Amino acid sequence: NYKRYLYQRVFLERLSYWAFVSAAQTLRPIKPPASHYLVFLFNSVSLSPEYSLSTSSPHRSPPSHSHRKMPDVQSMVLEFVNKLRKRKIEGSQATARCTVELLRSVISHHRVPHANQASALIDAVKAVGAQLVAANPVELAVGNVVRRVLHIIREEDLSLATAAVAGLDLLDASDDDEDVNGKGIGYPGMSAAVVAAAARSTLRPPSLQTLLEGTPESATVPYTSSSGADSESKTADKSSITRKLKHDVIEGVNQLIHEIAGCHEQIAEQAVEHIHQNEVILTLGSSRTVLEFLCAAKEKKRSFRVFVAEGAPRYQGHLLAKELVARGLQTTVITDSAVFAMISRVNMVIIGAHAVMANGGVIGPVGVNMAALAAKKHAVPFVVLAGSHKLCPLYPHNPEVLLNELRSPSELLDFGEFSDCLDFGTGSGSPLLQVVNPTFDYVPPSLVSLFITDTGGHNPSYMYRLIADYYSADDLVM
Amino acid sequence: MESRRNPRAVVDPKVRQVGFFTSSQPDSTYQPDPIASESHPVVSSISPSGNSLSPVMIPPPRHNSSDTFPLRAAAAASAVSPSSFSYSTRRDFPDGSMTASPGRVSRASFSKPSSSLPGVGMDSMAAAKSSSVPASGLTTVSVVNMPPGLSGTVTCFKVVDLVLLDSQCLVYQIAEKESDQKKNSKPLKEKTTKAERRALQEAQRAAKAAAKAEGGKAPLVSSGSVASTNVKVTKPAKPSSQKNDVAAVAAGPSEKKGGQAEKDRKKDAPHPRMQYDDESRVVKAKRRAVVKQTEAKNRVELFRHLPQYEHGTQLPDLETKFFQLDPMHPAVYKVGLQYLSGDISGGNARCIAMLQAFQEVVKDYSTPSEKTLNRDMTAKISSYVSFLIECRPLSVSMGNAIRFVKNRIAKLPITLSESEAKAALQSDIERFINEKIVMADTVIVKHAVTKIRDGDVLLTYGSPTAVEMVLLHAHELKKKFRVLVVDSRPKLEGQLLLRRLIKRGINCTYTHINAVSYIMHEVTKVFLGASSVLSNGTVYSRVGTASVAMVASAFRVPVLVCCEAYKFHERVQLDSICSNELGDPNAISKVRGREDINYLDGLTNNANLQFLNLMYDATPSDYISMIITDYGMVPPTSVPVIVREYQKEHSLV
Repeated sequence: NYKRYLYQRVFLERLSYWAFVSAAQTLRPIKPPASHYLVFLFNSVSLSPEYSLSTSSPHRSPPSHSHRKMPDVQSMVLEFVNKLRKRKIEGSQATARCTVELLRSVISHHRVPHANQASALIDAVKAVGAQLVAANPVELAVGNVVRRVLHIIREEDLSLATAAVAGLDLLDASDDDEDVNGKGIGYPGMSAAVVAAAARSTLRPPSLQTLLEGTPESATVPYTSSSGADSESKTADKSSITRKLKHDVIEGVNQLIHEIAGCHEQIAEQAVEHIHQNEVILTLGSSRTVLEFLCAAKEKKRSFRVFVAEGAPRYQGHLLAKELVARGLQTTVITDSAVFAMISRVNMVIIGAHAVMANGGVIGPVGVNMAALAAKKHAVPFVVLAGSHKLCPLYPHNPEVLLNELRSPSELLDFGEFSDCLDFGTGSGSPLLQVVNPTFDYVPPSLVSLFITDTGGHNPSYMYRLIADYYSADDLVM
Repeated sequence: MESRRNPRAVVDPKVRQVGFFTSSQPDSTYQPDPIASESHPVVSSISPSGNSLSPVMIPPPRHNSSDTFPLRAAAAASAVSPSSFSYSTRRDFPDGSMTASPGRVSRASFSKPSSSLPGVGMDSMAAAKSSSVPASGLTTVSVVNMPPGLSGTVTCFKVVDLVLLDSQCLVYQIAEKESDQKKNSKPLKEKTTKAERRALQEAQRAAKAAAKAEGGKAPLVSSGSVASTNVKVTKPAKPSSQKNDVAAVAAGPSEKKGGQAEKDRKKDAPHPRMQYDDESRVVKAKRRAVVKQTEAKNRVELFRHLPQYEHGTQLPDLETKFFQLDPMHPAVYKVGLQYLSGDISGGNARCIAMLQAFQEVVKDYSTPSEKTLNRDMTAKISSYVSFLIECRPLSVSMGNAIRFVKNRIAKLPITLSESEAKAALQSDIERFINEKIVMADTVIVKHAVTKIRDGDVLLTYGSPTAVEMVLLHAHELKKKFRVLVVDSRPKLEGQLLLRRLIKRGINCTYTHINAVSYIMHEVTKVFLGASSVLSNGTVYSRVGTASVAMVASAFRVPVLVCCEAYKFHERVQLDSICSNELGDPNAISKVRGREDINYLDGLTNNANLQFLNLMYDATPSDYISMIITDYGMVPPTSVPVIVREYQKEHSLV
């Protein structure tokens, strides 16, 4: 009986992988201007030859030559990969936290070469990240966090470089040129300055801040450590920069950890702005964010009642109800089938997302789409709470199937009772009975009224922009 | 007395002579056949009902118009102004002790149901127009233009026809009038005393009810019902010699009557449901109750108006009482307990079980001395029904069946001997089961199977019997299709359906309701069952049906609802809150077969935590593409028409 379940899971993993690839492919066209593209090439070639193939081969081995990690890091990675694969870690927040902690240790244990230290770090992180993503492709938080870390590395690198530029003279520019040519990239006409400027513009998302900052910076000759560091004379100054980069990156990662851990409070702070007296709120699934959100409103002396859909077959609603009751909220547990019946008496639907896609679509616990449709029908606001680690920069394609995961049928049917119909592995012909038990549901952006993230409330149509702040365009395809 | 009624035999042919009534024949069936209730001479003598006889009917030969005359004269003399054709027909009710509706007529009309289909309404409307009857607005009282005091001559009069309900409600009023009249005309007949007494009783009751209704929310209700009876059709009545002496209707009184009738109608229309937040009524009901339900501790505030009881506590107690019940019939008791324990569920099953229990009751029934069969048995059935309600609230299907049974009892001719009456009743009930449930299902299956094509992926929710039959039949026809069975907690009825389908070799996929939007991509048609279809097109069904229908319509998948016409009801409902049934709250906290889910153990008594186990929900009609009934496949907008037609037929059957 279990064989079948495993098959389904493997199949699903395949599917989800395709989802990634197809999402990546749909993203390609978005990645535009020639300069960007050049830099992209430049970057990838300057890293490792294997990486440029990474999008086409899922199970590539980590590039070993650039990895001189301590063995314990390697084993930590493997352990975490195993946990992900076996779905031992669940919930995007827990996964995100574990991922970022793992990445931190990867970074801190990574011996940075003098040359190209940023790219080496990026390389290492990407290698680990790819493993993690492959281990559980539907847990989008993993990919998000890896991208966030990559983004941090690039940012720190950039800021270091700009800081260094101030202290260095322009003579180095010629060195840079030679260096670039020596690497065989073959853009003799292009000065390192131009390349670096282009690089920065890709590294930084086009935010207002970059626009304002960008003008003066590009006037000066930029100096990127990735291209310039190796040709630099070995000075004490040099190694301090190296150490500084790592240090800064780890600092940044720590900040990220802090942010992930604290996103509940950030979101919960906004609760009073959205929940009024005597409100009736419907929620489903078990989300810590939702719990904190509701409790925050409760602490502010708002009295309201909560309907919790039980969320079969995982019954996470029961868990949530238990927590809510423990905190003294008026809670009513309803069956999932009664969601439509009750929605007409509900003032607001609040759910916690599993992931938020770049188009404003939401992946949430199974049954969410039904609730969203019902809410739409009754013009009930449908509010999604999502910490920033849940914001995924990918655009979904057929997400209800491709970014989903089928769980064991044993949650729905008693194997003992239905084993005669379920298992036809030994017999001939196809089984008469199939059991579908998906984990997630996709809510299209049109059904979502509001996103509440740790940075405030946003429209679904704005999510792509919000997401762009967190990630580098280069890292979308991992 | 008997002799009085003879004239009708004479009159009948004349009735049939009226040419423009072709369409009205089914309409005429509305009008309670006086003959059916011939039992009471006084009353029945007045009733002209001849027109309601279809050619197929066996005309009762006993009526004599000449006899009726004196009474009529008396009536006219007593200046009971508003009298109408329908009005007068109803005069026989008092003896029938309920609305009289002729079984024979009904049978005739049933044999050709096509005639009673929607067209009728139009036709009769047209007829009404042509006859230029002064339609009396919303009032349901019929208008008779007739020269009073003519005897033996055929007079033409026009009647504003009544909808069945209205007519039924009128009964009481008429009874009242009647009794007045009788007081006047009493010297004429000595034998009528019993009937008169009954009539008087009825009248008093009616008056009381009216007064009560007036006191309460009556105005609203009545106005609403007036508005809702859009089906009223004016229709010219046939000439009948019997009517000659009836006075023309005075406008004022008639209107007043109309209002009163509306209120009275409430009695016959589905009772406004018991509201459990009405303390006094609850207390009263409790005093009568056989089943001692204990109130759930944590009641859901929103559903105060529904009974919220502890479940599973009363059963042992009731079982021990099994041998000590004197008023309760064991068959009924058994069925009640089966409802209580959930052994019998599903609209059809419950209805059939109840009807069969009633058959037993009828079989074992013997009229106590000094009582009449009709009244006593009606009372008995009522008490049984209230017991059944205590066990579990009635479904609409059961309500309709009970209405039918009571109707039949009320219309049993008093002339029948007890054994004949019992046999007639039993066969009536049998016929109801066969025609309205068994046959209806086969017709539905026949219709629905045409909608299943090779390669279809059909989704169904829960375990609807009609849909199951459709699927099995389609499979027998070697159609190649796949079934997605969607299930939901806490009943998990889908598993039973799944098992049965698999046993027949149908390819099935099983999932739970949350996953509906995941699998809806592959679905080509959704087949749903219904507990009842309400006249605004709302489908009242197992909770979750609305969600499935909603998701289906969001994915542009057609939703077909299979429902027998006897489950249609003229009530309307917009949401699932106002009227519903609450199941066992503990079924939610405990997850059957999943011992690992125990988060809520020990919290069931927490004041902050409630469990809401809704049993039904209302699916808005815009999610439904088609309703498949025994009358064919109709859009949800046609439901009121079917309700109307069904009731017509129902009153006759």
